[in-house]
Amino acid sequence: MSLLLLSLAVIIAGGCAALFAWNKPGLAGCIGAGGTVLGCALGIIPALAVLLQGTTRSLRCAWSMPCGSFIIELDALSAFFLLPVFMLSALAAVYGGRYLLKYKEIKRLGFVWFCYAVLVASMALVCVAANAVLFLLAWEAMALSSFFLVAFENEKSTVRRASWIYMVATHLGTACLLPMFLLFGSRAGSLDFDRFAGCLPPQLTGICFVLALIGFGTKAGIIPFHVWLPEAHPAAPSHVSALMSGIMIKTGIYGIIRTLTFLGTPPLWWGWLVLAAGIVSGVLGVVYALAQHDLKGLLAYHSVENIGIIMMGLGVGMIGWSAGMPAVAILGMAGGLFHVLNHALFKGLLFLGAGAVYQASHTREIDLLGGLIRKMPVTACCFLIGAIAISGLPPLNGFISEFLIYLASLRGATAMDADVAIPLFLAVGSLALIGGLAAACFAKAFGIVFLGEPRSQEAAHAGEAKPLMLVPMLVLAAACIAVGFLGMVAVPALSGAVSDILGFNAAPELKAAAGCLRSITIVSVALLLLIALAAWLRRVLLSGRRVESAVTWDCGYSAPTARMQYSASSFAQPITALFRSVLRTSEHAPAVQEYFPEAGSFETHTPDACFEKAYRPLFEGLRRLCGRCVVLQHGNIHLYVLYIVITLVGLLAWQMR
Amino acid sequence: MQAAVFTNLALGLVLAPLLSGIINRTKAAVAGRKGQPLLQAYFDIYKNLRKGAVYSTTASWLFRAGPVVGLAAAVAALCIVPASGSAAALAFAGDLVLFAYVLGLARFFTVLAALDTGSSFEGMGASREVFFAALAEPALLAGLATVARKTGTLSLTEMISTASANSPELVLVLAALGIVFLCENCRIPFDDPTTHLELTMIHEVMVLDHSGPDFAFIQYGAALKAWVLGSLIVGILLPAFSSSRPLMLACFVGAMFLLAVTVGLIESGMARLRLLRVPQLLAAASALSVFAFMLVVR
Amino acid sequence: MIEFIEILLMLLILFDLALLGVSRLKTCITISSLQGMLLGIFTVLAHTQGLTLRIALIAAAAFVLKGFLFPRLLGRSIREASVSLELEPYIGYIPSVIAGLALLGASLWLGAKLPLSSAIGIPLVVPAALMTFFTGLFLIIARKNALTQCLGYIIVENGIYIIGVASVVEIPMLVELGILLDASVAVLVMGVAIYHINREFDHIETDRLDTLKG
Repeated sequence: MSLLLLSLAVIIAGGCAALFAWNKPGLAGCIGAGGTVLGCALGIIPALAVLLQGTTRSLRCAWSMPCGSFIIELDALSAFFLLPVFMLSALAAVYGGRYLLKYKEIKRLGFVWFCYAVLVASMALVCVAANAVLFLLAWEAMALSSFFLVAFENEKSTVRRASWIYMVATHLGTACLLPMFLLFGSRAGSLDFDRFAGCLPPQLTGICFVLALIGFGTKAGIIPFHVWLPEAHPAAPSHVSALMSGIMIKTGIYGIIRTLTFLGTPPLWWGWLVLAAGIVSGVLGVVYALAQHDLKGLLAYHSVENIGIIMMGLGVGMIGWSAGMPAVAILGMAGGLFHVLNHALFKGLLFLGAGAVYQASHTREIDLLGGLIRKMPVTACCFLIGAIAISGLPPLNGFISEFLIYLASLRGATAMDADVAIPLFLAVGSLALIGGLAAACFAKAFGIVFLGEPRSQEAAHAGEAKPLMLVPMLVLAAACIAVGFLGMVAVPALSGAVSDILGFNAAPELKAAAGCLRSITIVSVALLLLIALAAWLRRVLLSGRRVESAVTWDCGYSAPTARMQYSASSFAQPITALFRSVLRTSEHAPAVQEYFPEAGSFETHTPDACFEKAYRPLFEGLRRLCGRCVVLQHGNIHLYVLYIVITLVGLLAWQMR
Repeated sequence: MQAAVFTNLALGLVLAPLLSGIINRTKAAVAGRKGQPLLQAYFDIYKNLRKGAVYSTTASWLFRAGPVVGLAAAVAALCIVPASGSAAALAFAGDLVLFAYVLGLARFFTVLAALDTGSSFEGMGASREVFFAALAEPALLAGLATVARKTGTLSLTEMISTASANSPELVLVLAALGIVFLCENCRIPFDDPTTHLELTMIHEVMVLDHSGPDFAFIQYGAALKAWVLGSLIVGILLPAFSSSRPLMLACFVGAMFLLAVTVGLIESGMARLRLLRVPQLLAAASALSVFAFMLVVR
Repeated sequence: MIEFIEILLMLLILFDLALLGVSRLKTCITISSLQGMLLGIFTVLAHTQGLTLRIALIAAAAFVLKGFLFPRLLGRSIREASVSLELEPYIGYIPSVIAGLALLGASLWLGAKLPLSSAIGIPLVVPAALMTFFTGLFLIIARKNALTQCLGYIIVENGIYIIGVASVVEIPMLVELGILLDASVAVLVMGVAIYHINREFDHIETDRLDTLKG
C-alpha cells in the first residue's frame, strides 16, 4: 500500500518539478516523463501483487475534510483497472517526451507535464479511492487536468471549442454523481464505500443506478452522452489522446462497476438497459467512425464503439446475474473487463501511431495521406497490429475479449427463456455486425493512410518517427500479440476482479473458459505455422523465376495519377449510404454547368447527429433563456450590493417564520 | 477418430477446387454448351504455380502477404469445421465464432492487398467486399446461434452431429446460410465470377494485380473457403445417420456436389442483383435467422 | 398434421416479412395472392375432423377471392392507371423488415399472453394472425402508393380471417362473408377511384393528394 502512495507521490513530484523547470523545455520533459515512468513502475508492483494473490489491502488516514476520510482500498477490481493506467501512462509519457519537443519553442511544456502527472495520479486515485469525497476530488482533478491537456493548442478555435464542450459535458456528468453519492451517504450514514453496500431500499436502487449510468456513462462516452468524445480526443496531443481514450474513459466503466457492487443483484431491466446502451454505442460508434475524414476523429469514434462492446459485456453479465445463470454472468463480466485492458493496449497503440503520422505529414486528413508504409515501415507495422486487434480478428487480443462476450451471450441464448435469450441473441448479432463494420473501417484507415501512393506532397515527404516514439508503440504491439496468444493464462487471472463484482467465486468458470481459449491459441499457432509454410512455399516457387515490376493495372488509361486512387470517403460510401438515415451526412456538390467544366468539387460532412439535433437546440434554448436574465446584470456595483441586501433580507425573513 | 479427421482434411484439400468445375459444368449444361473440363480449376492453379510473378511498383510487402494469409486462414478454417458427420480437428465450445473470424482475417488481408496496389478499381472491389461481408457476418453468426439453440451445444462438431434438417426452423437457417454462402463465395446474385468488366467485379477485381504463385494461392484459398462454408451447410442438412464411415463419406461428398449443382442452377436462373438490392438480400438472410431463433425460443 | 399447419403458418409469417422487404408492387401483389391461397388451404387443414360444407365453402371463397380475384383486380388497376411500380416507402425496406421482426416478437409475446386460445390448439395461430394484422397496418402507414393502402387492407383482413377461422367455428360464416364482401367492395372501389385519381392528377401518391383538401 505504501508503495502505491509512494508511486503517486513520485508522479506528482515529477510533475511539480517539471513545472519549476518551465524555462528549459527539454529538462521539463525529462523530469515529467521520468517521474511518471518511475512512479508507474512503482505503482504496478502492488497492483500486480493484489491481482495475483487476491488479497485486499486498504489504508485509512486521518483527514480534516468534512464528511471525507482518506481511505484507499486496493482490491482485485481496483488492481485490474490500475494495470492499464500505469502501463499506458508510462509508455505514453515516453512517447510524449519526444512528441512534445516539436512544440518547445511555442509552448510552456512544464505546465503540460504538470497536468499530465496530475492526470495520471488522479486516474490512479479514482481507481483506489474508497470514500465518496476523495473519489469526487480525484474525479474532478482528472477532469480539470485533462481539460488543460485538451486545450494544449488553444490558439486554434476548434481546440478551444472542443475543450469547452468537454468541460461542460464532464461537469454535467459529475452533476449526476453528486446526488447519487448523497443518496448513498444519507442512507448509509457515511460516505465511505464500505458502508454503501446494500444500504439502499429497493425502490431507490433503480434511481441510483440510472444516475450512475448517466454520470459515469458521460465520462465513458456511451451514446447519447458521447458528444464531447469525438471533439476532445482529436484536439489533444496524441499521447494524451491515447491516455484519455485508452484509460480515462474507462474510469467511467470502473465507476459503473463499482456502483454495481454497492447495489447487489440487479433486476433484469438494468441488464437490458446496459446491453441496449452497449449495442447502440457499438453500432453507431463504428458507423460514425466510418464516415470520418479525420484519422484521430475516426479513432475517437472507435472508442465509443469499444465502450459499447464493454457495456455489452457488462450488460450480458448483468442479465446472466439477475437471471441466475452464473456462467453467463461470469463470462460476460470477464469479457467486458478484459476488453477494458485490451482496448487500452490497442487504442493506445493506434493513437500513438496516428500521432506519429500527424507529426510526419502535418495532416490528419485521411484522404491526403497514402503510401506511408514505405516511409514509415515500423509505424505502419505497429498500426497494422493495432488495426487487426481492434477489428477483433484472431490471433490478437481484441478477439479474445470479444470471444468471451460471444461465449457468454451464446451460453445464455441457448439455455434461457425468451426474455433472456432474445436480448442475448441480439447481442450476438450486433457484435457480429460491429465486428464486420470495424474491420471495414480499419481496412479503410490502414489501407488509405499507409498503402497505395501518397495523395499529397506532405505524405510523400514524410519520414519515420523518432526511436523514442517507436519504442512505446512496439511495446504495445508486442503486448497485443502476447495477450492474444496467452489468453488462457490471462483470463483466469481476472477471477479476483470478477468475483469482487458478483460476490461469488468466478475461478472455476474462468478455468473452464480458459480451456476454450487454449484451443483458440492452438488454432492461432497453427495459423502462424501455416502462414510461415505458405510464405516458404511461395519463396521456393518464386526462386529462380522471373519476378518483374510493372505499374498497377490501369485498364489501359495512360496517365494515372495518385489522386485517382480510391479515397477513404469513397471506400466507406456504400456503408455510409446504407446508414444515411442515422448519419445525416451533408453533401456539397456544385452542379456542373458547361460541357467541359474546368474544376469540380465534392464535399461531405458528417456532424454528430446527436449533437446537432439534441444538444445544440437544448443549449441554444438555454442560452436564450439566460439571455433574458441579462437585464439583471448591469455591471453596476451598486446594484449588485442591492441584490445582496435583498437576498439577505429575504433569507432572514424566511428564517423568521 | 484421428483417421476420420485426416480423411476430412485431405478430402477438403483435394476436392475443393472441383466445386467450381461442377458449378461451371452445370451452368454450361443449362445453357446447352459443353463447358470447360471439370478439373479446370486444378489446371489453372497448376499453371499459375509454375509461373513467375509481376508486382506493381506501388505494392509493398502487404501485397505479397495477402494471398499467403488468405490461404493459411482458409486451411485453418478447414481444421475447425467438421465434415462427413465426424468431428473437426479441433472442436470446442464457441468454435463457430472463431470460424467466422478466421474467415474475416483472410478477408481483411485480401482487402488490404487490394488497396496496396493503389488502383481505384481494386479499391472499389475492396469497398464492396467489406460492405457485403459486414452484413453477411451477422446473418452467419445469428444462423449458427439458432442452430446452437436448437441443438443445445456451442461447438460446430456437436451441432452438426445432432442437427437434422427436418425441423422447419433449421430450413429457415439453411436458407440464410445459403445466402451467406453465395455472398461469401462471390457467386450470383452478389457477384458475377465470369464478368469481363472491372467496374462490375467484386472479388475478381480485388485480385487483379496478383499473378503467378500468389494468384494460385488466391484461387486455391477461394476454393477452400467455398468448401468449408459448403460443408457447414451440408453438415446441418445431413445428420450423422449411419455409423459406417465409407457411407457417410460418400453421402457427404455427394451432398457437396449437389450443393455445387444447386449453385450452378441458381446462377443459370437469375441475374446479378443491383448493388442497391444486395443489402436487402443480406438483411433478409439475417431476418430469416432471427425469425428462426424466435420460433425456436418461443 | 399439426406440424404441417405450423409450417403453413410459418410460411404465412415469412410472406408477411417478405411484404415488408419487397420493393416492387407486382411482387407484393403476388405475395398477397400466395398468402390468400395459403389461407384457403389453412381453413381446410384446420378443420379436417369436422369438415362441413360451410367450412369448405369459406375455404373455397377465401382461396378464390384472396388468391385470384383481388390480385387480378389490383393488377388491372396497375395496368389501367399505369401506377408506378415502386412502393415509394416512408420507411425504408431494411428498417421495415427490422420493424417487422420487432412486430413478430411482439406478436409472439402477445400470443402467449392474450386469452385467445385457439380452438384447434396450435400455439402459432394467434401470433401469425397478429403478425399478419400488424403487417397490413404497417404497410398502410409506411408506404405512399395508394395501391399499397389497398393491399394493406387485404393483409389486415387476412389476419382477422385467421383468427376467425381458428378461434370460433360457428360464427365466422356470417362475419367472414361480411368481411370478404367488404374487402371485395373496397378493392373494387379503390380500383375505380385510383383509375379516376390517376386520370385527373397523373399520379396516385397519397402524400400529394393532400392538395385536394379545401
